[in-house]
Amino acid sequence: MTDTTHETTTAKPAPMPPSVESVTVNNETKLRCKDVDVFYGSTQAIKQVSIDIQDKAVTAFIGPSGCGKSTFLRCLNRMNDTIEICNVTGTIELDGGDIYDEDVDPVQLRARVGMVFQKPNPFPKSIYENVSYGPKIHGLAGSKAELDSIVEKSLRRAALWDEVKDRLDQPGTGLSGGQQQRLCIARAVATAPEVLLMDEPCSALDPIATAQVEELIDELRQSYSVVIVTHSMQQAARVSQKTAFFHLGLMLEYDDTGKIFTAPSHEKTQQYITGRFG
Amino acid sequence: MTDVIDFTELSAKHTSQATKRRLRARHWAEVRLKAYGILAIGLAGAALLLLVSTIVTKTTNVVYEYTLALETKIEVSDRDMERINDPNPNIRASLRRPIQDALTDAVPGEVGRRESRQLTSLVSNDAGLFLGDIVKADPSVIGQTIAFDALLDDNLQLYLKGSMGRPDNIGGLGQLISTPGDEEGTYDLEFEWSSFGELFDAIRGQRRFDAGRARAEQRRQQNAVDVTEERILDAATDEERARLQAQLESFRARRDQAEQRADALMRLATVIGEEGLRYQLTEADVSFLIKAGETWFKVTEIERGSATAVIYAPSDETGPWAEGTWNGYLLDRPESTRLVSDRQAVWMEIFEDRGAIGQVLNTRLLNNSDSASAELAGIWGAVVGSFWTMVVTFLLAFPLGVMASIYLEEFAPKNRVTDLIEVNINNLAAVPSIVFGLLGLAIFVSGVPVHLFGYDFTIGGFLPRSSPLAGGAVLALMTLPTIIIAGRASIRAVPPSIRDAALGLGASRLQTATHHVLPLAMPGILTGSIIGMAQALGETAPLLLVGMNSFIQEPPGDPLSPGNVLPTLIYQWNSNSERLFDDKTAAAISVLLVFLIIMNALAVLLRKRFERRW
Repeated sequence: MTDTTHETTTAKPAPMPPSVESVTVNNETKLRCKDVDVFYGSTQAIKQVSIDIQDKAVTAFIGPSGCGKSTFLRCLNRMNDTIEICNVTGTIELDGGDIYDEDVDPVQLRARVGMVFQKPNPFPKSIYENVSYGPKIHGLAGSKAELDSIVEKSLRRAALWDEVKDRLDQPGTGLSGGQQQRLCIARAVATAPEVLLMDEPCSALDPIATAQVEELIDELRQSYSVVIVTHSMQQAARVSQKTAFFHLGLMLEYDDTGKIFTAPSHEKTQQYITGRFG
Repeated sequence: MTDVIDFTELSAKHTSQATKRRLRARHWAEVRLKAYGILAIGLAGAALLLLVSTIVTKTTNVVYEYTLALETKIEVSDRDMERINDPNPNIRASLRRPIQDALTDAVPGEVGRRESRQLTSLVSNDAGLFLGDIVKADPSVIGQTIAFDALLDDNLQLYLKGSMGRPDNIGGLGQLISTPGDEEGTYDLEFEWSSFGELFDAIRGQRRFDAGRARAEQRRQQNAVDVTEERILDAATDEERARLQAQLESFRARRDQAEQRADALMRLATVIGEEGLRYQLTEADVSFLIKAGETWFKVTEIERGSATAVIYAPSDETGPWAEGTWNGYLLDRPESTRLVSDRQAVWMEIFEDRGAIGQVLNTRLLNNSDSASAELAGIWGAVVGSFWTMVVTFLLAFPLGVMASIYLEEFAPKNRVTDLIEVNINNLAAVPSIVFGLLGLAIFVSGVPVHLFGYDFTIGGFLPRSSPLAGGAVLALMTLPTIIIAGRASIRAVPPSIRDAALGLGASRLQTATHHVLPLAMPGILTGSIIGMAQALGETAPLLLVGMNSFIQEPPGDPLSPGNVLPTLIYQWNSNSERLFDDKTAAAISVLLVFLIIMNALAVLLRKRFERRW
């Protein structure tokens, strides 16, 4: 399985503009979540969320602050395991296998479900080391040349290669905010994941960097199932094909992005996207 | 809420007189606080300055050491010859005889049996060994006369530095005439009667000082008398009364004796220097020497215009000496209370006039190990001991501390047990170091005997006493909390986003910790460790308990051989009665301070260099 994903990662992405057709074409389910509850101690943060996330599409989670969308996102690669008091129930299946099953190693899972965080968080190491770290610990590269090509392709995929190819040995923390975030995306891509989770990836970036990252997300859609949490409804409308609206731990609505933004079926969604609360 | 506050009225209050007064009071309070702050800093600075200047002044006393140039004819006895010919460099010959002869030749006049002892004690006990080393290195000098710089004894070292009081030239008026006296070896001196007002003052001063001490003794005995009298009144039995009566008599007798002595001394003090009174100078008086040409007299009796004297250093001249060619020298402490006798003082003056006293840089202080003779003692053994101890401490405390802090921060579940551990580690840092010493002594050195189920066995007790290994283990116990606290603080300072990034990529917790968290926290951990080590380097109390204050004359070759460390050496030297050790103590403290400053500077440098802001 690692081999096939490896192939997809290293294949040159064919730039394709987002269109309604592409959404309808790739409608196989990548992640199937059923009756997911998340508790922080005795507080319930997520209540009975069931959602099917499609492969080769961008799914956006929107909703007001504290509605649990980030918490839910972190369930998808078991990042919540690192929080001791956090307790997840229900089932989340990746390609039909329960990721909370006892014999699933979260370390292996996170290699398959990559994550990009709100604040760009490159390691205080060189750009090369940042990108090569994932492939190294997962043993994806057999030789130095292979590793080099993984790094190059990941950086190309993150549209960063041309900017950094001459200074791969310089610290990743020396890049600009937008470049750092794209470096983090390249780092996530380098482990050849199948799903890419993005937690407000543009909230710390200026509009130009935001546009670059959005463009990138759109390209990544060709190869991955991308889940993005965002506060910006314009962003959700621009980059996603499917949108889920969260409110007070509940997922109130999940549908095609076009439908959510033009004809939401839920009153709260309507109020939120028109800016009446949130 | 019926009261309605008018805010316009409130605003008007800002410009009222009361507000101005309050403002002034506030400003004044600020000025006062600043002044207190400056005062506190000033006091702290002054204390530091005082400390450093005291240590530095005392240290400068031992930067140089004094030697005496002796023309030594090398003659070697058969027994010493054997030792010199022995190929083993540890077998040394002590050639004291040639030095003794050279000293006798170097001073003018005959040297009697009693003087001979004083003469020998001018040079260090080990001077003979050093001469033996020279001969062993080059046996061809046997039979020849060589120039040998003999190290002076510790008392003379101090004397030459002036910290014991040198002879004070008080001059001399008119002509000095010397005629042989009635007794064998004495001389009658005549000089202008107005000479030596200072001398008489000094003698008077000494008498008054002694009289004051006699008066104090009188008061003490009076007190004892009073107390005993009361106890006689309270006594229950006749026997006890009789016993106390006897005590009372003895106290009274001593009181009267002291009173008489004080009165006599005071009388003497008022009449000294009066016409026709001849005063005998005893060992309890100031010493008075006269240097006439090359001849040194020691005055034994004195009155206005004349004196009786003995010769300490004869010459061919017999006088009379004209004004300007003779001078009186006053040593204003009684000879009996001095470590350098009058005769030795005269010899030192003669040697200095001759230019035989040399001053060399005191490398011995750094290169030698401890010694019973103050002039030979050095810190090298303790430096080596400190080095081994620190190596052991670091090797034990650093890995343990780092592992403990990484476990507690990154892996341990947050529950009551870890809370308890955390509180205890923090408390451990505040435990007095001597307690660690006791623990180390019991566990590492002595071992704890256990009687259990009919079996007798000992827990611990596997480290040799006095060894840097035992000392280092004890210090490691003491340093561990410091390292753990610093380690945890710097691990906690690594932002969670780095951990998220690594975990999000599929790194395990161990990989996250070792690949990312630890390297980023390392400068902070090292800084904390260096500060902990610096603390350990200056620690004395726990090491005293494991026996690292032994008298050890050789640096330890490995962590298992007995050794001592700088702070315990300082402790030992400081409690030594020989006065040169005082200055050597200051020198050892200076060296310790230099090490501590270097370590702290390293910590600051590390922090500045690798400090990372997130």
